[in-house]
Amino acid sequence: MITVYHYMVLSAILFSLGTIGVLTRRNAIVIFMCVELMLNAVNLTFIALSSHLGNMDGQVFVFFIMTVAAAEAAVGLALMIAFYRNRESIDVEEFNLLKW
Amino acid sequence: MENLVQTALQNINFAAIMPSLVLASFAMVLLLLNAFMKRGVTAPAAGISLLALVATGFASISSWNNAQFGFAGHVALDNYAIFFNIVFLIAAGLTILMSDAYLKREGYPVGEYYTLILFSTVGAMLMASGTDLMTIFLGLEVLSVSLYVLAGFFRGQLRSNEAGLKYFLLGAFSTGFLLYGVALIYGVTGTTNVADIGAFLSLNPEAVSNPLAVVGMLLMATGFLFKIAIAPFHMWTPDVYEGAPTPITAFMSAGPKAAAFSAFMRVFLVGLGSMQASWVGLLWVLAVLTMVAGNFVALNQTNLKRMLAYSSIAHAGYALVGLVAANEIGISGVLYYMLAYAFMNIGAFAVLVLAGKQGEDNLTLEGFAGFGYKRPLLGVLLTICLFSLMGIPPSAGFTGKFYIFAGALNAGYVWLAVLGVLNSAVSLYYYLRVMVYMYFREPTEDFSWIQLKIGATVCLILSVAGVLYMGIVPSGIMALARQALF
Repeated sequence: MITVYHYMVLSAILFSLGTIGVLTRRNAIVIFMCVELMLNAVNLTFIALSSHLGNMDGQVFVFFIMTVAAAEAAVGLALMIAFYRNRESIDVEEFNLLKW
Repeated sequence: MENLVQTALQNINFAAIMPSLVLASFAMVLLLLNAFMKRGVTAPAAGISLLALVATGFASISSWNNAQFGFAGHVALDNYAIFFNIVFLIAAGLTILMSDAYLKREGYPVGEYYTLILFSTVGAMLMASGTDLMTIFLGLEVLSVSLYVLAGFFRGQLRSNEAGLKYFLLGAFSTGFLLYGVALIYGVTGTTNVADIGAFLSLNPEAVSNPLAVVGMLLMATGFLFKIAIAPFHMWTPDVYEGAPTPITAFMSAGPKAAAFSAFMRVFLVGLGSMQASWVGLLWVLAVLTMVAGNFVALNQTNLKRMLAYSSIAHAGYALVGLVAANEIGISGVLYYMLAYAFMNIGAFAVLVLAGKQGEDNLTLEGFAGFGYKRPLLGVLLTICLFSLMGIPPSAGFTGKFYIFAGALNAGYVWLAVLGVLNSAVSLYYYLRVMVYMYFREPTEDFSWIQLKIGATVCLILSVAGVLYMGIVPSGIMALARQALF
């Protein structure tokens, strides 16, 4: 029997994987994919909890998260293209003009 | 089904989102108009944006002391939201004033710039008036997505590209934390409405110590603190602030920071107020850490934009002290301080905008040698803004800090207030050093390239007037801030 706890554990694992990916990967697009993984882990949590609580708010929230993630992707990829045009690379190690 | 539609219609109250509605309509019309305007002419777009901000200001003020609620508890246009709306509108207005000549000088005279500022202001206003985590999240994203573009607006400049991309990656990352926190709080309380969360937690004391609720609270705090740039989540701030166009840096340090503060305070004081025991100690430590990190790293910065970025981190730390105090004088002190900070910081940035050459490589301490003698008026105005940032009376910065630290003392956080005052003393060093360069060094340049462009000059004068007014007659604004508590 799959209960809400299984979903919670699964989404916690997915969220951690996303976080580790953001912190360790060097390619901006892969980092962005890891952020998307984190957001989808959140979506899974919301849906599991929504069905467990019998309350629709969580599912509505998921729609908003998906919409916002799409808008973010549009802006983020545009920024990456602008960066690539000037640098010929999107490796975050190349972020070397600004540093403390 | 019919019942459902009827209830939904009854819950709608457009008066509650009127300011956002007005500003968003203006922004969309302006976006269309931009398509028909002559390339390279941005003054009309700036004029329309200023008009939009004034109209929005009236739409906000008309609900003062007459709170509007709507959309099934998702939005509340109460005094608290209105006060913050005015802060955002002032920050956006001053930013737009200083932008026009700057955009021309840097070679990007594009009208969409103003539209993006208006949209980010809409997001900020939604955050301040949101009473549901869903609305707050949407406001935050409208604000952030516009700002990602604005930070990377100079798309031919590598510095601006880097700033935009860095801000985007770290901003999206922090949003993930915020949302996971919201999801866990939703799991514990069964609602995303801030007031309902507060009611649930006070009725079910066992939920307050539920590990899921505590983890959710911590994750949510991480998301918000990232946006406010509280240490140890401040690493992006100096880089982004240095790389972004200067007026946008000014805007980011005043408007969006205040927006994140407004939502953070509403969620934590109204929604998670019963969990105060578990967050107050944490915020105490982070406030001290932020003040120390901001002030001590600012000590050896030679680039003025970067120095002001670190100083803005320190100022977020001072404001957090007021939230830790969480009493009437502390919270109204934070509101007061946000307005004061908008004036004094944007004023300082306006001088940088006026004094910069194309590319802005001269905005260093050395580049300001003798500035006070060659350009006495600008020197004096910058000095007033810096005195206010230090917290020297009679300036807005002094009264703001005074209220915040008084709140901390009232709430019994004596050490926090003492550490805050000591940190202000440390900050004297790097602000005074600018003045030392301005007045006690031989000028190496004649600053003949500086033209007092009308927009930036008006912005600077208004900012200084605001700083002096709030410093000399603090009681008027403070009375408004007190009425603005929820």
